[in-house]
Amino acid sequence: MSYAMRDSATMLRRNLRHLRRYPGMMIMALGMPVLLLLLFVGVFGGALNAGFATRPGGGAYVDYLVSGILLMTVGYGASMTALAVNRDMTEGIISRFRTMAIARVSVLTGHVLGAVLRTVVSATLVVGVALLFGFRPAAGLGGWLATLGLVLLLAFALTWLAVAVGLAAKNAEGANLFILFVQVLPFLSSAFVPTDTMSGAVRWFARHEPFTPVIDTLRGLLLGTPVGSSAWIAVAWCAGFAVAGYVWARALFRRDPAA
Amino acid sequence: MTTPAIAASGLRKSFGDQVVLDGIDLHVTAGTVFALLGPNGAGKTTAVRILSTLIRADGGQASVAGHDVAAEPDGVRAAIGVTGQFSAVDNLLTGEENLLLMADLHHLGRAEGRRKAAELLEQFDLVESAGKLVSAYSGGMRRRLDLAMTLVGAPRVLFLDEPTTGLDPRSRQTMWRIIRDLVAGGVTVFLTTQYLDEADELAGRVAVLDHGKVVAEGAPDELKRRVPGGHVRLQFADAASLDAAARALGEGNRDESALTLSVPGDGGVRSLRGLLDRLDAAAVDVGSLSVHTPDLDDVFFALTTDKEAVR
Repeated sequence: MSYAMRDSATMLRRNLRHLRRYPGMMIMALGMPVLLLLLFVGVFGGALNAGFATRPGGGAYVDYLVSGILLMTVGYGASMTALAVNRDMTEGIISRFRTMAIARVSVLTGHVLGAVLRTVVSATLVVGVALLFGFRPAAGLGGWLATLGLVLLLAFALTWLAVAVGLAAKNAEGANLFILFVQVLPFLSSAFVPTDTMSGAVRWFARHEPFTPVIDTLRGLLLGTPVGSSAWIAVAWCAGFAVAGYVWARALFRRDPAA
Repeated sequence: MTTPAIAASGLRKSFGDQVVLDGIDLHVTAGTVFALLGPNGAGKTTAVRILSTLIRADGGQASVAGHDVAAEPDGVRAAIGVTGQFSAVDNLLTGEENLLLMADLHHLGRAEGRRKAAELLEQFDLVESAGKLVSAYSGGMRRRLDLAMTLVGAPRVLFLDEPTTGLDPRSRQTMWRIIRDLVAGGVTVFLTTQYLDEADELAGRVAVLDHGKVVAEGAPDELKRRVPGGHVRLQFADAASLDAAARALGEGNRDESALTLSVPGDGGVRSLRGLLDRLDAAAVDVGSLSVHTPDLDDVFFALTTDKEAVR
């Protein structure tokens, strides 16, 4: 057990070193959420604000938006992991690791730990940028801690899923499909506009897809409004993703590498 | 009799309906170099991948350093080092960082890891490029770093899958020297190669693999003896001399256009002298003479079927 932790720490150091040497990916993963923030607050914000002002408990649009942007930050962060894992798998180094007497899972846990740390940094920076855009959260210490907890859980869950996708994909193009998942689903959720303003089938989908309860919970925590049953549904989805991702990743990693 | 470094019997492996290993037996004595020789696609790499626990065999048994590859893979992994055909280095790290990563994964202490890394950088002539990213290394440097990384764990059994494929002659010589030094230090080396001179140069025993089967095994000299092909080639100045020599010797393969006559013979001094005496007696003027001993090339071509030719 202690060897597994030691090897995971070694792999974590390896991944952090990669990140320090090639910060480009991190900047891109951080750039997308900031760009969306700019687009939705700076460009669409004026029009959306007018709509929001008439809603009960309306407030500024930027306050509504931040939780969705936070989720996308976590998503983009996880998609970097899908690419990094895939790069590892398609290069010779993985064969070396597999023929060494190390805790095998450490190759994957190193990626997950690195991704979670990275995501916390990104999320903090995104919140900082949002404050510059006029975001005014109402959360107390408890609200912030709960937000951090949910961001961590989400990052953990999405990263395990990303690891599995990275393992399953034959090349970087395949691994890139994960970005689609974390990019499209938020648009069909409560991230940008409330689901009750949507129409028919889209509304039904947006209300029942996994990201909506997570976003609603984050929003409630940050703005100090009631969270309701969203919290438990969000935690359940995250736990489900984490377990599914872990089990899938482990099975993929254990099978014999392709000839 | 000590435990063999590698013992395998009846190893089989198929990918889909393609049979890659069709029941091979291997026996490698500790402290020796064993070469698995074969053309591309013969199954060499698959054999290494099975013996190094990377993939599982469909049938048969194998043990490495006394551990069964299927039942105790971690025991095998702790004893082996593998350097494959495709370099297993981390391109996003420097050479030194790659070595330190290996040291950490072998649970060497910090100081011991640094000492080992410095020693290997020195030994593999990589000191100057230690701080450079591996992505900027040349092919030969990557291969050396690759092997250096494998040696961090001081393996007792070393698998080298085509270690010099694609290397320039100088890097190849360096690699051979390193391998000889390792064997002198007691390491067992299991080498795959498609270069016959490499097997001849390094290995104490050679197995020739073709279409998933071991078609011949023995010391390089034994294998060479099994294959006919030794001859003395006589070169003449004109067709008249060639005719005279052919009449005088009464045997041999003549090549009219090249004006040569190939006479079977092992190239020993006594038989050469006899040959020349006979030619002198017939007053034949020989332009030049060369002795051809059978090399592993002859063995190789005699024993392996050429897929291209079949097609």
